[in-house]
Amino acid sequence: MSRKTKAGEFKAYKKRSFAQEVWRNYKKSPSAMLGLILIVLIIIVAITAQIVYDYNTDIVQQNIKQRFLSPGTPGHLLGTDNYGRDVLTRILYGAKYSLAVGLVAVAISCLLGSTLGLIAGYYGGVVENIILRFCEVFMGIPSVLLGVAIMSAFGQSLAVLMLAVGLVYVPMFARTARAAVLPVREEEYIEAARVSGVSDFKIIFQHVLPNALSPIIVQVTMGVANGILSASFLSFLGLGVPVPAPEWGAMLSSGREYIRDYGYLTTYPGIAIMITVLAFNLMGDGLRDALDPKLKQ
Amino acid sequence: MYRYILKRILMMIPVLIAVSFVVYFLMDLAPGDIISSMAPQDATEAEIEMMREELGLNGPLIQRYFRYLGNLLKGDMGMSLSLKRPVAEVFFERFPATLQLALAATVVAVVIAIPLGIAAATHHRSFLDGFSMVTAMLGVSMPGFWLALLLIMWFSLGLKWFPSGGSGDFKHLVLPSLALGAGQAGTLTRITRSSMLDVIRQDYLRTARAKGVSEKQVIRKHALKNALIPIITVFGSTFGNLLGGAVAIETVFSWPGIGRLTVSAVNTRDITLATGCIIMFTVILTVTMLLVDIAYAFVDPRIKAQYTK
Repeated sequence: MSRKTKAGEFKAYKKRSFAQEVWRNYKKSPSAMLGLILIVLIIIVAITAQIVYDYNTDIVQQNIKQRFLSPGTPGHLLGTDNYGRDVLTRILYGAKYSLAVGLVAVAISCLLGSTLGLIAGYYGGVVENIILRFCEVFMGIPSVLLGVAIMSAFGQSLAVLMLAVGLVYVPMFARTARAAVLPVREEEYIEAARVSGVSDFKIIFQHVLPNALSPIIVQVTMGVANGILSASFLSFLGLGVPVPAPEWGAMLSSGREYIRDYGYLTTYPGIAIMITVLAFNLMGDGLRDALDPKLKQ
Repeated sequence: MYRYILKRILMMIPVLIAVSFVVYFLMDLAPGDIISSMAPQDATEAEIEMMREELGLNGPLIQRYFRYLGNLLKGDMGMSLSLKRPVAEVFFERFPATLQLALAATVVAVVIAIPLGIAAATHHRSFLDGFSMVTAMLGVSMPGFWLALLLIMWFSLGLKWFPSGGSGDFKHLVLPSLALGAGQAGTLTRITRSSMLDVIRQDYLRTARAKGVSEKQVIRKHALKNALIPIITVFGSTFGNLLGGAVAIETVFSWPGIGRLTVSAVNTRDITLATGCIIMFTVILTVTMLLVDIAYAFVDPRIKAQYTK
């Protein structure tokens, strides 16, 4: 970019905030924009479906006369399931479960994990050692199995599912945050803040965190994608959101029984999961490039 | 180097003890225990209490846990409550199936991902690049168990080429390893591409080309070898996903491996079997991480030098 000499325009360049700078980089990537647009659309669908459809009459009420109507039947674009319920309606309504689990789980793991990571990275020594060992324990257990164990310990419900998926990803955030803090820890401005008597809490959240934010943000979007995948698998195993809620993994699981004759019951909920996960992955990729232009070739 | 390996192995022990506690505790929290499904309908309180004692399920949690841990430290993982056989025996009977699946999936992933990643990097910003990136992105975003069901639908129920489940000959292995390998291939393609792109810009490649080394040799010998380190790292860290994915794939294909065994042990509240299996999963995962770290040393002499310090 050629540097403008006119004073006014130069000022405009300087005024741009961090967020504006990131957004400027972000919107250059078509795939990142596709991800963002998809996410916005899915959120709109999830909210609209709550308003338009009634859970009892449209989502869970059985209509035996209309069982297994094939996709394309007028009024049932994606057909109906084994209880005669409209598949499209259920998928649209089900968006809220995946979004809720993905977002809340990541909020849990990000808050807990990043705090632990920041503390570990900032203090070092024994504290760091304890936190890292703790992470090692939880990373040693394959996340799916940890999820299965937590779900069976606390019983299946949407809230427990959020908690289970959230806890599973805590160590990942802790490690990311710690790794991001390490290079910042030795910076002179941190030293300066410490010398001038700023409290540790304030230093961590006002000086260290903003500088370690980029990798955490990327981890958040990727975390939502992984969280949705894990949650759908737990529901597929029958350990997630209890039936008859139209959670996509649970829909897949019940569609599986009819895979021989009514494959569409398995196909469509899977496509919904894939598109949602894809959207968050695209956004994560875009954010990573936008937050760190050095990485972009 | 040996001291480093020994240190890492010793460090595994406290981690494993902590894992055993976490899992034992979680399993104990789970509502309902195995007695309720095993005891006859008309069993009296006293009889149930006797069964509990027989299975070592009596007493407070901490006491039971330390009894379990004591045996564990002696190398005894106890008896499976539901199968009435030693946990170790059951585990190692099922383990080869999972190992076979994981290896086959790894082969699938490597065969797809490495060439695709290299092609994408050497044809940067071309159609080929775009194509492989879209494929990889879809592979990463697709639930493994869903792909497994699609494969069953197309190749087993539709074309009738492969069986839809069970194990046995090579034909049984094809669909599960494809389903499990596809997700890994996605991650691996992306990392191969970005790692190759980094390397391709290095001066030593220009030097190699200037010396007149053929392009094929440049890519294969000079670029790929240097690009391998991040690829191995990612491979090591996604091995956990591979094992987790195996749980999903084994469930869908009724593959007789340890993933399905663990899930069913958790569901039947077979506390010794479930804890034992998850501990063994952890052992496998940490040993793999260690092997990956040792593998670096072979790929990169600079890293080997660090270990000997």
